[in-house]
Amino acid sequence: MGWVLPRPPHARTSRAGTKGLQVLRFLVRRLLQAIPTLLVLSILIFAWLRSLPGGPAAALLGDKATPEKIASLNHTLGLDQPIIFQYFRFLGRALTGDFGNSLVSSQPVMSEIGTFLPATIELGISAMILAVLIGIPAGYISARFRNGPVDNVIILLTLVGVAVPVFFLGYMMQDLLAAPLGLPSQGRQAAGLDATAITNFAILDGVMTSEWDAVWDAIRHLILPAFALATIPLAVITRITRASVLDVMNEDFIRTANSKGLTQQVVRRRHVLRNGLLPVVTTIGLQTGALLGGAVLTERVFNFRGLGFLLAEGIERRDYPRLQALLLFGALVYVLVNMLVDVSYGIIDPRVRVR
Amino acid sequence: MNTLLNKKKEPIDKLAAAAVGKSLGREALSRMLRSPVAITGGVITGLFVLLAIFAPLIAPKDPFARTLQGEVNLGRGIIPGAQPGFPLGVDDFGRDELSRLLVGAQNTLLVGVLATVIGVAIGIVIGGLAGAFGGWVDTVLMRLVDVMLSVPSLLLAISVAALFAKPSQWTVIIAVSMVGVPIFARLLRGSMLVQRNSDHVLAATSLGVKRGAIVFRHMLPNSLGPVIVQATLTLATAILEAAALSFLGLGDPDPNRAEWGIMLSKGAKQFLDVRPELAYYPAIAIIVVALGFTLLGESLREALDPKNRR
Repeated sequence: MGWVLPRPPHARTSRAGTKGLQVLRFLVRRLLQAIPTLLVLSILIFAWLRSLPGGPAAALLGDKATPEKIASLNHTLGLDQPIIFQYFRFLGRALTGDFGNSLVSSQPVMSEIGTFLPATIELGISAMILAVLIGIPAGYISARFRNGPVDNVIILLTLVGVAVPVFFLGYMMQDLLAAPLGLPSQGRQAAGLDATAITNFAILDGVMTSEWDAVWDAIRHLILPAFALATIPLAVITRITRASVLDVMNEDFIRTANSKGLTQQVVRRRHVLRNGLLPVVTTIGLQTGALLGGAVLTERVFNFRGLGFLLAEGIERRDYPRLQALLLFGALVYVLVNMLVDVSYGIIDPRVRVR
Repeated sequence: MNTLLNKKKEPIDKLAAAAVGKSLGREALSRMLRSPVAITGGVITGLFVLLAIFAPLIAPKDPFARTLQGEVNLGRGIIPGAQPGFPLGVDDFGRDELSRLLVGAQNTLLVGVLATVIGVAIGIVIGGLAGAFGGWVDTVLMRLVDVMLSVPSLLLAISVAALFAKPSQWTVIIAVSMVGVPIFARLLRGSMLVQRNSDHVLAATSLGVKRGAIVFRHMLPNSLGPVIVQATLTLATAILEAAALSFLGLGDPDPNRAEWGIMLSKGAKQFLDVRPELAYYPAIAIIVVALGFTLLGESLREALDPKNRR
């Protein structure tokens, strides 16, 4: 066969139809691969629920637990039945989103999640946008001026960034930045503001109803918590971008591109950056995990009423129905986001699909 | 699970494959001694460990004695600051802050080290079994590990900590250690799989060495390099995660316990308006120590990376 030229990574498949089918097949395969994981996860969560202090019924009833109530709840939950039946009942309830009522608010946990989710999505996406918008250029600059003073400062900042406890950083921003910058440090909305809530996405609602003061207010409330939440993903994205750009710069195809006389600009933009960003996409998915954990701390500090706030309150009040649903939900979101990233990776980089 | 979490595994597996080889250890050491990053990390870590060990001897005052309690008035927002005999002032119970920080170093190191050691130990058992036996044992154990990896680390720690009716220092240590388990398990399995097919294992097998001896004398010792790198990095995250658990109310509620994470979360939550130093001191201590472990771990990783060999 002799010597085969490697395909350039951004080469496109010739026919669009084939490509669409390829992506679809890839998507279905990835979805199917997630099922065993989710099943094992459900078994673990079921085991977790069974080992809660005092047993699940006592944990779910909280302060209201009396022997009679526990016995009757045990019966309703089917805890007097064989364990395998119990697991399938649990699975059935989890699939239909029935996690019981929160001990704190007495509302169904699922409807709580529905109400609070938009706040966390807004905060998480803002933080991720900040991390990407700052992290990728910073990492690229760091790589271009490798071992120079700029590079050293950026690396040091990324190392410090992951060493600062997130909740402490949040308090520091509240204390030192909120007043000088004139930014609110608590909650999602100014007290007197009469904003219409449709979707609970504060910015989206404002845009839909053309209440521009509400949009501005929502953005101002997002700035500090989003920056606090963004630090760790920002540090990680910066370092991954730097490492990956450095890797790509040493590749043969960069030397080829340079020696065939392409301008530095074209080489950097089309060859270095494009290939260097592939690992960064993956990192963005993985950092969702850090975001979910960080949101618990950030939302607590800023009284930003989202899922993290709900979880922190649930821990303080030992609200097990809420904890159970939120932990399962968090793991689910993490798995799904990573799957999405994986799929997008397959779309960006054709090599992944054919493997 | 083969979806994106593969990407979480990849760096672990890469690290596992990286540090297999013999003279690498000595070469890595000499490279570390020339690197300013490694030396900085080493000095910080060394000082911290020394401080922690000798804390009870160095501490100028009894860290539990509520000497100046009479001068503390939380209602009026008064916590006495620095004064003769109390160079860093006192905490909300009128106890010497400097002595508490010093003794706190000991407890912080204890939490970090124990959480890491437990994580490494369980991880080594799981990863070692998977790597030594392969086949269905490997499949079952790794599926479990992958699911643990698929839960965001702080959420995993929270769910473990919530299993205990009463929080204590031990529940924090166990919860934090669980975060490391899947990472160490994958790491060890990865480097053991690389070695199963290596020449020195083949040689030992053909010489008739028993399987157990091969695993314990040949494969395991040669797989420990990446585990040590990861453990150094885990020491930093363990201290940070323990602080986060304290902040969320899952930490040790004993008011006598002096540990930086507990001191920080209490200071940041309650006394930022009264005496912010009560948050600043432990925060600076945690940041410096976490940075020290990270510098040390990163330079170890770089030194062990065969790509950097000349």
